[in-house]
Amino acid sequence: MKDFEPKIIGFLCTWCSYAGADLAGTSRIQYPSNIRIIRVMCSGRVNPMFVVNALQQGADGVLIGGCHPGDCHYQHGNYQARRRITMMKKLLEFLGIEPDRVRMTWVSAAEGRKFAQVIEEVTEDIRKLGPMKQVRRKNEW
Amino acid sequence: MKIGVYVCECGSNIADTVDTEEVADSVKLLPNVAVSRVYKYKCSDPGQELIRQDIEEFGLDKVVVAACSPSMHEPTFRAVLEDKGLNPYCLEMVNIREQCSWVHADKDKGTDKAVSLVKGAVMRSELMEPLDRKKVGVISKALVIGGGIAGIQAALDIANSGFQVTLVEKKSTIGGKMAQLDKTFPTLDCSQCILSPKMVDVGRHPNITLYANSEVKQVDGYIGNFKVKIKRNPRYVIEDKCTLCDDCVPVCPVIVHDEYNENLSPRKAIYIANPQAVPASYIINPDNCLGIEPLICSKCRDVCGPEAIDFDMREEIIEDEFGAIVVATGYETYPIENIGEYGYGTIQDVISGLEFERILAANGPTAGLVRRPSDGRIPQTVIFIHCAGSRDPAKNLSYCSKICCMYATKHALQYKHHVHSGLAVNFYIDIRTGGKDYEEFYKRAAEEENVIFIRGKVSEVLQDGDRILIKGVNTLTAETIEMHADMVVLATGIQPSEGTKEISNLLKLSRDMSGFVKEAHPKLKPVETSISGVYIAGTVSGPKDIPDVVSHAGRAAIRSINILAQKELEVEATIAKVNDVLCRGCGMCVDSCPYGAIELKAIDRYGYTFEIADVNAAVCKGCGTCAATCLNGAIDQLGYTDSQILSLIKALADE
Repeated sequence: MKDFEPKIIGFLCTWCSYAGADLAGTSRIQYPSNIRIIRVMCSGRVNPMFVVNALQQGADGVLIGGCHPGDCHYQHGNYQARRRITMMKKLLEFLGIEPDRVRMTWVSAAEGRKFAQVIEEVTEDIRKLGPMKQVRRKNEW
Repeated sequence: MKIGVYVCECGSNIADTVDTEEVADSVKLLPNVAVSRVYKYKCSDPGQELIRQDIEEFGLDKVVVAACSPSMHEPTFRAVLEDKGLNPYCLEMVNIREQCSWVHADKDKGTDKAVSLVKGAVMRSELMEPLDRKKVGVISKALVIGGGIAGIQAALDIANSGFQVTLVEKKSTIGGKMAQLDKTFPTLDCSQCILSPKMVDVGRHPNITLYANSEVKQVDGYIGNFKVKIKRNPRYVIEDKCTLCDDCVPVCPVIVHDEYNENLSPRKAIYIANPQAVPASYIINPDNCLGIEPLICSKCRDVCGPEAIDFDMREEIIEDEFGAIVVATGYETYPIENIGEYGYGTIQDVISGLEFERILAANGPTAGLVRRPSDGRIPQTVIFIHCAGSRDPAKNLSYCSKICCMYATKHALQYKHHVHSGLAVNFYIDIRTGGKDYEEFYKRAAEEENVIFIRGKVSEVLQDGDRILIKGVNTLTAETIEMHADMVVLATGIQPSEGTKEISNLLKLSRDMSGFVKEAHPKLKPVETSISGVYIAGTVSGPKDIPDVVSHAGRAAIRSINILAQKELEVEATIAKVNDVLCRGCGMCVDSCPYGAIELKAIDRYGYTFEIADVNAAVCKGCGTCAATCLNGAIDQLGYTDSQILSLIKALADE
């Protein structure tokens, strides 16, 4: 049997985390290819529904990356994201989904190495958790 | 719908580790994909031309480019679409260089990831809609807040370009901290002599309206259209009538500390901050004066020949509109009484850098003679302690205040010039002389003018009879030092001023860990802020010396002129949009918006009045926080709609 390769969806804010991912690229820092990145303007744009939806559709883990606290390009979008995600993780537990499948992180535009490190950690964590089985549902639309 | 997909090889940058042909083939059979090609350098002229031809030949209405990061070439390809009459927002970029080829050496895995990213982009592009960039008019007037050297320079630069400027200063005169300095390093120019001509220019400039003794109280609106309320505090002296005859001062019975001289000398309740003050008029401080409510004393009014004194003056609110705002609210010195071991506030002859500056000044409390505050004697040994407050993350300021090494060196040098037989000793952590001719200035002090520099911190400052005992360490020789001095001058660090805090709260500017206003980009956007149309000048964004402040303010002026010179401005199209039918007017989006761009407005529906959310397109910055907040899904972010993101999720999460 093939080793389990988790699928991870990453929501990254344009200004910090996405730029950090770009920096990891331009610095040629290698990291696992399990992450699929979706660019949003601000981590505050990440509706908890997106996270649940990603887990339903086939993702095994979700990463949300924003600017460091106090550094949000949109003043406090990252704080709102943090609150929502913290709240949502509690609800995930309630649904029987391991809250560790969802992770929020702060990566600045200057932290290419940190970005790669985060991806490695997340991939490893999700690999340990195994495939996501619960509440899987295909949206047909 | 016809979508064109273009996979760039970026020379070998992408092609080496991603099978570009496979990526292009993988989407060929998707519905709506009309053409899918690989090209070596998509951003090159022939690469762009290929897209142009395909748009004509296949009648494409959406374009997906899989290449480098959108931060690199999104504008390039948007321009290609615009060339051919397509909406620039019908472009989707896939980042298969920074996110695939450069970070995944395994070609299979990299290709797999690229395929799923491109598929996602195609699915998302199906849902993309053309967006319009809205235009707003511009009021070609600028507001400068703060009348120190930064505000003065910014106001003059804008005014000299032919635009109207309003300069608001909290104190009774402009000039700021620079007006308190005696001389400036490294040239030892007289500070007042280089500043006053600029102050006078501000006072006389036909394009500058100066409101001294005034405060900005409220700012609404957005780039190009700020609505501002300015409170003019009463001066109780009519500026135009005052002739500066000084008859009022001798008769005034109230004596208080003179802030201009750092409280080292007295002044009266009616006073002029300094002889070079602009506006050139006396002022009555209502907290000191006995004539204002109730009228107990009116001696100054009785002697005033031109009848310039008016005890009935009331504060006035001025409402005006501006296209751009420059914030130049400056710094204040660190409260060094917080550093208990230095004894400031308990030992009279331990003084701050700014106090020493006043003692050195010819128009200062000692008329330019170096005398110590306690008994007026001329000190024979003066110790200058660097980093008083700065570079001490455990207890005080964590950062380097940048100017103190230079001004403490300058103080030591000036002291030696005043008292030739005197001994000037500097205790420093490091000497930082980054600036033109600064190192030479320091060398001159240390090598030619016998100023002594000891590397090490002072641990304690104690009163010893009428002298001061200093305990410290020389870290170069690892010896402890005890020495006596007649006076100690602390090279006080600097921190954001109260005004900086107030104004940044008012304008919602983000501030850094130290409380200084944060630049939009620390290197390339040093005067821009998180709010478009609001620029920062001078020490409001961090410690700076005068040449830096002047050039910083000049750039703030240029960026303001960039706004003022335009008839109308285009604002970003990826903003929030409300679905009127779904919105139930709960107002959660109103609370979540960091910019106050959303308001509830009443609408009439089926004869009933409903309140629903309404987005101000000019204020909205397009962060999308409201869209994630809305429980009904009634508010969405154009360009990043829920359905677009969900389709991306579906494509990327799919096996």
